[in-house]
Amino acid sequence: MALDQSFVGRSYPPTAPYEVGREKIREFAEAVGDGNPAYTDRAAAEALGHPDVIAPPTFVFAITFRAARQVTEDPQLGLDYSRVVHGDQKFVYSRQVRAGDRLTVSSTIEAIKSMAGNDILDVRGDVHDESGELVVTAHTKLVARGPESEEEG
Amino acid sequence: MAAKIAYADVETGTELPAQTFPVDRERLVRYAGASGDFNPIHWNERFAKDVGLPDVIAHGMFTMAEAIRVVTDWTGDPASVVEYGVRFTRPVVVPDDDKGASIEVSGKVAAKLDDEARTVRVDLTVLSAGQKVLGMSRAVVRLA
Repeated sequence: MALDQSFVGRSYPPTAPYEVGREKIREFAEAVGDGNPAYTDRAAAEALGHPDVIAPPTFVFAITFRAARQVTEDPQLGLDYSRVVHGDQKFVYSRQVRAGDRLTVSSTIEAIKSMAGNDILDVRGDVHDESGELVVTAHTKLVARGPESEEEG
Repeated sequence: MAAKIAYADVETGTELPAQTFPVDRERLVRYAGASGDFNPIHWNERFAKDVGLPDVIAHGMFTMAEAIRVVTDWTGDPASVVEYGVRFTRPVVVPDDDKGASIEVSGKVAAKLDDEARTVRVDLTVLSAGQKVLGMSRAVVRLA
């Protein structure tokens, strides 16, 4: 069932702040096996010009994806999440996320397309810090596979 | 910016040092915990096969996180990445054996974008088991 085009442009209210913890960054960096000292050693981050340890580039996805649930679980939109796969992901950074940031995410539906029986949903997540500055924008393309395209996997 | 690679020292076609990243089941469990993505297709073989996958697959976001390391290890400063996007074209299948899978990443400077901002576009090629797993994998990188 095609999604309602009138949802294009719909924005959702900003999420409650997510506080970026130093140890959470360390846990993430270790999980991806990335030993860059800017993620774990404040002095190393400072040497690169950052006020505190920074997060790996894709760390913020955990925050924006959680925020995007407002969209994917919007009962009015009616997306069948059990059929959703992650199509594309892009980040545009104003600066890197860092420890101590309190981040809110505002999600917007940028596009809804129907292709070959699949619904394609583009969600933009604007991530702001406590002072209201834009830190990063996440562009997430979700593909809800139609029943007839099931064999493609 | 404290990138250790200077804009003046690269040209279109400059290759970044390629890297291979191993991925086994333990790593997927760790990534699930660190990222908060507990979708069972990334750790439960029975569930993965039930939904038509050949086996447990890596999180697409895990592969995306590994691929950009070719850039951040090259420049030294992760904040040199000003834009990064990928398309998830094929899953990385991770068998439950001693070897797991591996993700092979190479990259090259595809274009010098802006002499003033010292930005270049890096195109990444990301393979697992000889097949492309990410498409349109590109970063805009600010150099010194």
